[in-house]
Amino acid sequence: MVSSGQAQLVVKEETALRWMSVSKVVKETVDTYTLYLKPRTGERFSFKPGQFNMLYVFGVGEVPISISGDPKNLNHIAHTVRAVGAVTNSLTKLREGARVGFRGPFGNGWPIDEAVGNDVLIVAGGIGLAPLRPVIYHLINNRQDYGKVFVLYGARTPNDLLYKKELKSWKGRMDMDVLVTVDKGDETWKGNLGVVTMLFDYVKLNPDNTYAFVCGPEIMMRFTVINLKNKGLPDEKIFLSMERNMKCGIGVCGHCQFGPYFVCKDGPVFRLNQIKMFFGKREV
Amino acid sequence: MSEKDRPLLIEAQDFNGLLLSLKRLGYATYAPTVRDGAIVYDLVDSADDLPIGIGDVQEPGSYRLRKRGDGSFFGFVVGPHSWKKFLHPPTVKLFTINSNGKIVANLENSDQKLAFIGVRPCELQAIKILDKVLLGGEYLDIVYASRRKDVFFVVVNCIEPGGNCFCASVGTGPEAKDGFDLCLTELLKPDGHYFLVRIGSEKGRELISSVHYRQATDEEVELASRLLTLSSEHMGKKLEIKGMKELLYRNLDHPHWDEVAKRCLTCGNCTMVCPTCFCTTVYETTNLSLKYAEKWRSWDTCFSQEFSYIHGGPIRYSISARYRHWLMHKMATWMDQFGTLGCVGCGRCITWCPVGIDITEEVKQIDKRDGEVKVKVE
Repeated sequence: MVSSGQAQLVVKEETALRWMSVSKVVKETVDTYTLYLKPRTGERFSFKPGQFNMLYVFGVGEVPISISGDPKNLNHIAHTVRAVGAVTNSLTKLREGARVGFRGPFGNGWPIDEAVGNDVLIVAGGIGLAPLRPVIYHLINNRQDYGKVFVLYGARTPNDLLYKKELKSWKGRMDMDVLVTVDKGDETWKGNLGVVTMLFDYVKLNPDNTYAFVCGPEIMMRFTVINLKNKGLPDEKIFLSMERNMKCGIGVCGHCQFGPYFVCKDGPVFRLNQIKMFFGKREV
Repeated sequence: MSEKDRPLLIEAQDFNGLLLSLKRLGYATYAPTVRDGAIVYDLVDSADDLPIGIGDVQEPGSYRLRKRGDGSFFGFVVGPHSWKKFLHPPTVKLFTINSNGKIVANLENSDQKLAFIGVRPCELQAIKILDKVLLGGEYLDIVYASRRKDVFFVVVNCIEPGGNCFCASVGTGPEAKDGFDLCLTELLKPDGHYFLVRIGSEKGRELISSVHYRQATDEEVELASRLLTLSSEHMGKKLEIKGMKELLYRNLDHPHWDEVAKRCLTCGNCTMVCPTCFCTTVYETTNLSLKYAEKWRSWDTCFSQEFSYIHGGPIRYSISARYRHWLMHKMATWMDQFGTLGCVGCGRCITWCPVGIDITEEVKQIDKRDGEVKVKVE
């Protein structure tokens, strides 16, 4: 007999469907909402910045959503959801008190420990800021552990910017540089115009001690990588959060494959040199 | 060969006794049987249900049964089914949940003991691979784990390879080395019909003692080993696996991917018949009152656009990219994921491809024109 039969049927906590209740909903943009979820009394939930949950709506289904809140605030687990499909549409219609199913947290998260003592550059495009917001909170909570902090954020229009209040308060801090740009402004916009990579002109990076954390559409990440390489950052210090279709979150459904990796369990955060052979290749 | 390791010999008429003993031990006995013009795997009651005297003829895109004119029990290779369907079911209900969020019915834990009779060496390797994929990681697949608990393997070595077989190239056959309870080699001799039996486990030893057997003679052992050597020399297909992973990794932009795409219908047959393809999707159904929902899981295929869909569109939009993903998974990325090839050389994907796309041939084409890059038209 092939010996495996004795596999123990121990179901790990994160793989079981559990529930939280919506404690607050913040409308970020016309189609994007941040749901703050409160664990049930007596239950605890903690996560690493960059990890995600599979959120479940009764009768509709499950989707992977990055955890987008402060990793220290374990009573309000934030998930920023854009209404683009059946499940995300249902999620964004939920209001305070509603129940949300979840499994998680899954994924590896950003290398916040490895980056200690270094400068940190965060580059985000659109809703790509969501999985990076926990990092920003972490950096602020542990400011003395890191060198300089840069946040470069681009969105299509001023209306598409997430976390507007926080962006404002982060911009006001003396201990980090926060730069925002939009592809297309409106009559009230007085900030930068152009894609996020043009913000590289305004920051002076030290290539020897900077970690770059990047998340956004793949095309945006490709051009960000080109800019980071031009600035002299080594591949080992460039980290990208990848997106693929996911059904299970635990590496058995096969959907999230990216080259030899399963984005759900080997990622979603990858070191550039790890994925170099496949990153930027069409349709991998 | 020590006397202890010497294979045993049973007469074909005693094969039924093995089957009956397995039933007595509480196993559900699955074996090859003929249905709808193909050899499929299903419950059998006795050896009479086996495809006795039936063979198969396989070519790219073609599968036909034939009368062999002998009384062989296993005179065929593999059909459209694989054992995967019992361990990793095509559809399964994961749970039923009510609108209060209470799971009212969990996955039915399968406590059925399964006996797989007539498992081919390539198929045994496929199960070993699925074990790695679905049980070997940080998280178990509970559906597979519950069905995999107690499986009895009666493996039958392949003395006559099929037209699309290439197990000898990938090292999975035609003879099983380990991982079985019993391993049989069918011997049709002028003086009778026998099975040479190797014992692979204590369970196997107990089972064989339930029927009449004797020690095999040197001549019989020699005959079996000669037949198996001949078999490995007469595989219908060949595949060079040395350096294959690197070959494929460096040819992501090879023009041959587009050439295959012109023939590929993206029907997904290859993934359904593949004994190692494990991808699944999940979906939710509700009753009309919206009081209950069920979560179902079924096999999925990477040949559909939905498979890689994320907001905005599918990642693998072109047929070329979908074929490349599948072939590279079997032949290259699987190595990095699980330490083995994802292909066992059974040839099913070649046989059941409606247009006869041949995975061994496609790898050969890329090898022949190693380094060619498709010209981009922009």
